[in-house]
Amino acid sequence: MTLTEISTSDVEALARGCAVLGAGGGGDTHTFRIMAELAIQQTGPVPLVSLDELPDDGLILPLAMVGAPMVFAEKILSGLEGIRLRAEVEDAMGGHVVAVLAPEIGGGNGVLPVAWAAHLGLPYADADGMGRAFPTIPMTAMHLAGVPACPVVIMDGRDSIVRFDTCDTFWAERLARSATTMMGALTSSALYPMSVATARTATVIGTVTKAIRVGRTLATRSESAVAEAVDELAACVLSVGKIIDIERRIEGGWVRGWLTVEGLGEFRGRLLHVEIQNENLVALEDGEVRASVPDIITVLDTENGGVISTERLRYGQRVTVIAFAADPIWRTDQGLAVGGPRAMGYDFDYVPVEDLNG
Amino acid sequence: MASPAGLRVGIDVGGTNTDAVILDAQDALLGKAKVPTSPDVTTGIVGALGQVLGAVPDARDRITHVMVGSTHATNAVLQQRGLDGVAVLRIATPVRSAIPPLVTWPDSLRRQVQVASAIVQGGFEFDRSEALPLDEDAIRRFAARLAGQAPAFAVACMFAPVSERHELRAEEIIREEAGPDASISLSHELGSLGLLERENATVLNASLRKLAVSITSAIRDAVSAQGIAAETLFAQNDGTLMTAEFAEQFPVLTIGSGPANSIRGAAYLTGLERALVADIGGTSTDVGALVNGFPRQSTDGADIGGVSTNFRTPDLVSIALGGGTVIAGDPAAPKIGPESVGFRLREEALVFSGSTATMTDAAVASSRAVLGDPSRLPAASAALFAAALRRSDEMLADVIDRVKLSQAPQPLIAVGGGSILAANQIPGVSEVIRPDHFDVANAIGAAIAAASGEYEGVVYLGSRSRKQVLEEAEARAAERAIAAGADADSVEIIDVEEIPIGYLTDTALRVRVRAVGPLRPSDGQQR
Repeated sequence: MTLTEISTSDVEALARGCAVLGAGGGGDTHTFRIMAELAIQQTGPVPLVSLDELPDDGLILPLAMVGAPMVFAEKILSGLEGIRLRAEVEDAMGGHVVAVLAPEIGGGNGVLPVAWAAHLGLPYADADGMGRAFPTIPMTAMHLAGVPACPVVIMDGRDSIVRFDTCDTFWAERLARSATTMMGALTSSALYPMSVATARTATVIGTVTKAIRVGRTLATRSESAVAEAVDELAACVLSVGKIIDIERRIEGGWVRGWLTVEGLGEFRGRLLHVEIQNENLVALEDGEVRASVPDIITVLDTENGGVISTERLRYGQRVTVIAFAADPIWRTDQGLAVGGPRAMGYDFDYVPVEDLNG
Repeated sequence: MASPAGLRVGIDVGGTNTDAVILDAQDALLGKAKVPTSPDVTTGIVGALGQVLGAVPDARDRITHVMVGSTHATNAVLQQRGLDGVAVLRIATPVRSAIPPLVTWPDSLRRQVQVASAIVQGGFEFDRSEALPLDEDAIRRFAARLAGQAPAFAVACMFAPVSERHELRAEEIIREEAGPDASISLSHELGSLGLLERENATVLNASLRKLAVSITSAIRDAVSAQGIAAETLFAQNDGTLMTAEFAEQFPVLTIGSGPANSIRGAAYLTGLERALVADIGGTSTDVGALVNGFPRQSTDGADIGGVSTNFRTPDLVSIALGGGTVIAGDPAAPKIGPESVGFRLREEALVFSGSTATMTDAAVASSRAVLGDPSRLPAASAALFAAALRRSDEMLADVIDRVKLSQAPQPLIAVGGGSILAANQIPGVSEVIRPDHFDVANAIGAAIAAASGEYEGVVYLGSRSRKQVLEEAEARAAERAIAAGADADSVEIIDVEEIPIGYLTDTALRVRVRAVGPLRPSDGQQR
């Protein structure tokens, strides 16, 4: 299956797939899905292009929403934010933007740039900056490849613009977050602008197609859908069972907590424990790690293949917990230093999910 | 909770039957009646009222309140009938929106309801600061253009739950242009965060108001026609009541009142404050939870006729299993439903000399129920009936488990005509309680309901303490409960939820407070 464009009928599959890659985080996809569908209805399908098809010196425009998902429920974007952001990036970098890219494929930020690309009349690049969801700006393939986040352009609903350069990407994170809070806790942002040539080696390739393919297998909303998605992702099934215990709280702006899944059927008699910090980070059984960040742990509704985000987990849900490999870039020493278990505050070394469950 | 003196009538309009009960001042059941629900709803109400009055001699002069759980509003939206046209005004920044008002509605419903829509500049940030000044001229132009053309207006402003100022100003301007009697629904009066869902609820509310006025007056007329001089109250989706005036202003709140009444009625019939409730009917089973005497509410908003809203309706899990559910297959693999003989149970079931094997037959075969003529059950089907009952026990245990929020066993209250299906031992259930009069639990739930008010918003602490902020929220919820008919001296805060807002600072809180109070004592001659 080679996808060459995203039409309205592909948006649902994309949204579902982005939720799977979101490891339980990345924000809700529902409103962005409506935005993307309406935008494509107006402008026609958005071409989906490989970075190889684009000119070396063309500019890639990574676009994302930054801020509190709760605020997004009140503030509806215009969908035209990309126009101003493109102008600023072209002005700062020189050159012409040739495609839009998602800095974060996991969750809503994998879907929203489709709406922006539609209104910009630009293609959507079949790649992204994470291959999953992560909570901060330095947690990207671009950062690992030495590409700076700056110039960063941040825009609110009043068309106020902040454009800044910082000494490093950690400072870009601090400034972006405080500017976003000042501007009403939700902004549209362009960050990590780069040439096509740079993007080819500094992003995770093929993730939009991957999300749509996974999303399509789950679209049948049947029990076999989960099995097909597991095949598609080469995922390990950590447990099929029922949530018997769950705890969540908000600490310093992050959702933290854990859940316990009691196995059913072939998993009967086994308990799986999953630790949450915005995303599902670590899965343990009998005190042994079964999967950990940066590998992706996702909780699916066993019956209909729906993805259950960390905010929507509840006692009694019948779930299938799957884990699959993160992009190899996250498995390097450098990647683990940013997105591995120790970087997230756990006291153990990373072991790939396929080795733990071989 | 003290009850007002005198007798109260509870009426519940269901899909099949309209039930009426009379309770005395001590909440004792004096009489009950059941008549078929009429297509116009009101005729059935009049019939049930007449029948229950016949069952309780001398009740007429002592009745102080008539409480009605009605499906008029739900039916109007589902059948897209009797809805008024609405001019929809959104106040937001940016003015250009990727998702304009009503674009997510089913086309036919939108065509019927939307007279015009506009987005004008204004609205607030989460911290109550103004996003941009309100564009009053644009509102004036919109209202002037639609004056006399739009039967109703709906106004939804960005972050109205944290500040209603722009909505109130818009209301003033619309009244100046469209007349002091213009029907205007404002979103901050209807709910919580989520602009699109709140806007949808506000538009539905606006479109239902005229219908609501005609229904409340028809019901009040029906009550007077029976020679009853009592106040008429309406049930809302959280299991509490509102006055007729309130119901005319906020008709959308009656949607979902049926299941709420059933759970409240189960609480009354058992005296329990905390339990699971299974309402097993002819075609389906709804399982909900009773928490502090009220139905637990869903975390997600309700979808009404294809329109997503932010209403919290009772948190129910439903399955297609009831007394009329049809059994097929063989003992090794029984097939249960989803087809049901429904209200034809008393003609179609085998024990009633019919020809369809139903779950009622299976319950009779196993002696779980004594009904009809057991000799009509073919001996050859015994194994199938036993297998079907085992399967339905599993289905019921599974749906009950989904509703529980923890592993600890809880009592289960089984109500509804199909509750004969429920076994006495269910995994995860400490005790199965089958109260008397379970067949009219909904009408009883309406009759015992109190009045409530809810406040939900985002509060920014700033220089104020958390305590001050919560007290303010509690005062607003109590005010709303009193407006809905609660006795000002007895209003209690029954639920406070505080959620710090993620990805932000720790100084913004999302707060939700519910206040409930018994009805204001009535002089019995108000209407």
